[in-house]
Amino acid sequence: MPRYQQFRLPDAGEGLTEAEIVEWRVAVGDTVTVNQVIVEIETAKSLVELPCPFDGVVSALLVEEGVTVEVGTPIITVDTDPGGPEQDDAPAGADAASAESPAAATEPAATEPAATSESATSESATSESATSDPAAGETRAVLVGYGVRDDAPSRRRRAGEPGPAEPQPASAPASRPGGQRVLAKPPVRKLARDLHVDLATVSPTGPGGIVTREDVLARATEVRPQTLATYPNDEEPWLESGTVSPDGRSTVVPVRSVRKRTAEAMVASAFTAPHVSVFHTVDVTRTMRLVARLREEREFSDVRVTPLLIAAKALLIAVRRHPEVNASWRDETQEIVYKHYVNLGIAAQTPRGLVVPNIKDAHRLGLHDLAVALADLTAKARAGGTSPADMSDGTITITNVGVFGIDTGTPILNPGESAILAFGAIREQPWMHRGKVKPRHVTQLALSFDHRLVDGALGSKLLADVAAILEDPARALVWG
Amino acid sequence: METVQLLTPEGTRVADARYDHRVAHLDADALRGFYADMVLTRRFDTEATALQRQGELGLFTPSMGQEAAQVGSAHALAPQDWAFPAYREHGVLHVRGVDLVDVLKQFRGVEHGGWDPAEHHVHLFTLVVGAHPLHAVGYAMGMQRDGVVGTGDPQRDAGVIAYLGDGATSQGDVSEALVFAGASDAPVVFFVQNNQWAISVPVGTQSKVPLAQRGQGFGIPTVRVDGNDVLASYAVTAEAMERAHRGHGPTFIEAVTYRMGAHTTSDDPLRYREDDEVAAWRAKDPIDRLRRYLESAGELPQDFLADLEARSEALARHVRDGVHAMTAPEPTSMFDHVYASPHSLVQSERAWFEQYESGLAEGGAR
Repeated sequence: MPRYQQFRLPDAGEGLTEAEIVEWRVAVGDTVTVNQVIVEIETAKSLVELPCPFDGVVSALLVEEGVTVEVGTPIITVDTDPGGPEQDDAPAGADAASAESPAAATEPAATEPAATSESATSESATSESATSDPAAGETRAVLVGYGVRDDAPSRRRRAGEPGPAEPQPASAPASRPGGQRVLAKPPVRKLARDLHVDLATVSPTGPGGIVTREDVLARATEVRPQTLATYPNDEEPWLESGTVSPDGRSTVVPVRSVRKRTAEAMVASAFTAPHVSVFHTVDVTRTMRLVARLREEREFSDVRVTPLLIAAKALLIAVRRHPEVNASWRDETQEIVYKHYVNLGIAAQTPRGLVVPNIKDAHRLGLHDLAVALADLTAKARAGGTSPADMSDGTITITNVGVFGIDTGTPILNPGESAILAFGAIREQPWMHRGKVKPRHVTQLALSFDHRLVDGALGSKLLADVAAILEDPARALVWG
Repeated sequence: METVQLLTPEGTRVADARYDHRVAHLDADALRGFYADMVLTRRFDTEATALQRQGELGLFTPSMGQEAAQVGSAHALAPQDWAFPAYREHGVLHVRGVDLVDVLKQFRGVEHGGWDPAEHHVHLFTLVVGAHPLHAVGYAMGMQRDGVVGTGDPQRDAGVIAYLGDGATSQGDVSEALVFAGASDAPVVFFVQNNQWAISVPVGTQSKVPLAQRGQGFGIPTVRVDGNDVLASYAVTAEAMERAHRGHGPTFIEAVTYRMGAHTTSDDPLRYREDDEVAAWRAKDPIDRLRRYLESAGELPQDFLADLEARSEALARHVRDGVHAMTAPEPTSMFDHVYASPHSLVQSERAWFEQYESGLAEGGAR
C-alpha cells in the first residue's frame, strides 16, 4: 500500500535553527532515489544541497521556495511504496484536509505515525516515550553540537509529573507544514467546515497545540494568500507569496533573503557613515571613440568593451593617485584601515535582487583582463551564482545607474567601503567644444564618500580625476 | 626537502633506490586490495555525508582525498601494532577491520566511542585536536616497558602509529609528545596528514618550513612522502614501523595530501579556498592514480570492477541501514571501562545512578 514518509529539515551545520528553501529540484509525481539531490537550502552558513533519504515518488512539497522554516519541519512527503494498493482505513485526522483546499488535497493527511516510526532521528532509541503525549512525535535525539533545544520535550520525565505543553512556534499560517495531524475538538472542526476554513492553515494557540474556536474565527477574517497573475519573462513575480489584504487594495510580502540583506546593509551604511555626494558633468566623446576602436581590436574580440569598463579603469587609476580613499572605518577599535589592494565592487541587478560582487585585486589587472573579470562577474551574478566570497572584502564600488537611463544619483556606500561611484547614462547633448556648440556625448558622474575619513577635497579630487580620464583617455597614459 | 613518490599522478611507477624493496612483494592482487580499500573508504565517505545532510548524523568529518595516505600506511601495520587516529581516519579503520557503521555512532551522538579498541588495536577517535599523540607516545613507552620492542621476533615486536593533521602540529600537546618520543626512543610513528588546511587556515600560515622538519628539532628522523601515492605511503610507513619494532625509536612522517571536501559537514570550504586549487589537487587524486597504474598494467579486469561496484553499494546500504537501526547503549555501560579492575567509587556511583534511572516515569525498571 502507499506508504508516506516525510523528510524533516535537518541541521546541515552544527546548531543551525532554520534555513530557507531556495529551490526544489523535484516536483510532485517525480520518482526519487536515495541520495538524489532534491532541494537546495540556504542556511546562515551556506547554500547546501540536500539528498533524499528515501526511494519513491514525491507526493507533496510541504514548503514553498523562498520560505524559511525551522529545523525539524517536514519539508517533503515521499510515497515509498507507490505501487501498493490503496490503504482502506482512512488515517486519523483526514477530515482536516478539506476538499476546497487544493494544497491539502494533494497532501497525504496524517502521515505522522508512519513517519515517526520509520524515518528520521533515533526514535527507536527513545521508543519508551509515552505515545499518548501529543508532543511525543516531536522528540529529537540530541546530536553532536546541537545542545538541547528549549522547545523540545525532555526525553523522559520524573514519575507523577504532568507532561509539558508543547509550545508552538508563532509561525505564519502559510508556513504551517502540511500533512501533520491537526488537533481540534469536534465543535471547532465543525465551525471550521462551516466557515470554509482549512484547519491546517490555522495557527493553534490552545494548550498542547490545539486549534481553538478563537483561532478559527481569527483565521476566517483573514483572506487567503493568493497567487498573483504573472506574465511571460516575469522571472520572479515580486508579489508572489504575498498576502492580499481583505479589501484587495494592498499586498503584504515577507522581507527575506537578498531583499532582507540589502535592507540591513543599506540601513547600516546610511545611518553610520555620514554620506557626502559630489557631482561632475563630463564630455565623454573621446571615451566613446576609444570604446568603438577597442571593439575593432583583435585583442579585445573575445570580450565586450563598454564605457563602464573604461570608467572602471579610470576609477582604478584615480584610486592609485589618491589611495587614502581606498579605506575602511573600523568603529570598534577607532582605526582606519587603508587597503593596498583594490577589490572593485560592481553593483548588479539580478533576478534575486541587488548584489555587489567585487573583482579581486582589480588594481593588478590590465584593461583586457579587467574586461574579462567584469564579464565573468556579471554573468555569475545574473545566473545567481555569486558566492559570499565574491561579495566580501570589497574596497570601492561602481554602480552603473546609466543602464536604467538615469543621469545620476546619490548612491549609498557598500558597508565597509568609503566611496562609491555612480555612472550615469551617456547622452548626446549640445556642448561647448573648442568655442562652438557641438553635439557631444555627455554623462554625469556622482561620487558618494564617507565623510568620517574622506574629506571634501579628497573626494572631489578623486572624482575630478575620473572625469579627466573619461574626457581624455590619453590622461591615463600620463597618470597610469 | 625531498618528497618520496613511487607513483606519479599519471600512474607511472618511478624507481626509488631506498624504497623499491619495501613494495617489491606487493603483487597485482595486493594492489587491487589497496584500490578496493580506497574506493570503499570513499563510498563510505559520500554515504555518511549524505546521511548528515538528511539529519541522521549531527556531524561528519569527510576523508575524501586522503585515502592513499590512510590505506597505504594502515596496510604497513602489523596486527600487534596500535593505531591512534584523530577523527578523519576512516580508511585506517576500514583496513584494520573496524565496521564503519560503528564509526558513525559517535557522529550520531549515541555513543562516545563506537568500537572496542582492543579488538582491532585501533584507539577511539579523539576530537580534541592534537591530544592523542600524547596517548600514543605513552602507549608506546608502555610497550617498551612490556618488553615487546626490539625482541627480534616479527610476530611479537610492536609499535604505535599516531595519525594527526597539519593543524595539530601547532598544538602544544604535540610538541610534548615529540619531546617524550624523542627522549625515550619510543616505538611510535607520527603520521602527519598535511591536507593543506586546518579548517580555514592554510598550512603556510602555521609553518615557515615543511612540516617534516618539525621532527628534526626533537631528534626524530623525518620523511616527507606524497600522501596521494598509496605505494609511497605504504613504503615509508613500513620503514618507520620497522624502526619502531627494532627499538630504534620514533619517526615523523609528513604525508602531503589534500582534503577534497569540507573540514566537517559544518564547514563551507568555498568561503576560503579557490576552485583552481581544488581542481589542481583533483588531478592528483589518489584513487585515479592507482587505477591508471593498474589499467596500464592490464591488471584491472571488468569483473573485478563490477564486483567492487557491488561491494561499494552493499557497504553504502550497510552503513545506511546500520545508522537507522542504531540504538543508544545501556546508560550504565558508561561505568564499564573507567578502570581495568573493579573500583569502589565507580561502583557506588553506578548504584546511585541505577536507582535514579529506576525512578524515571517512562524509563521503567532497566
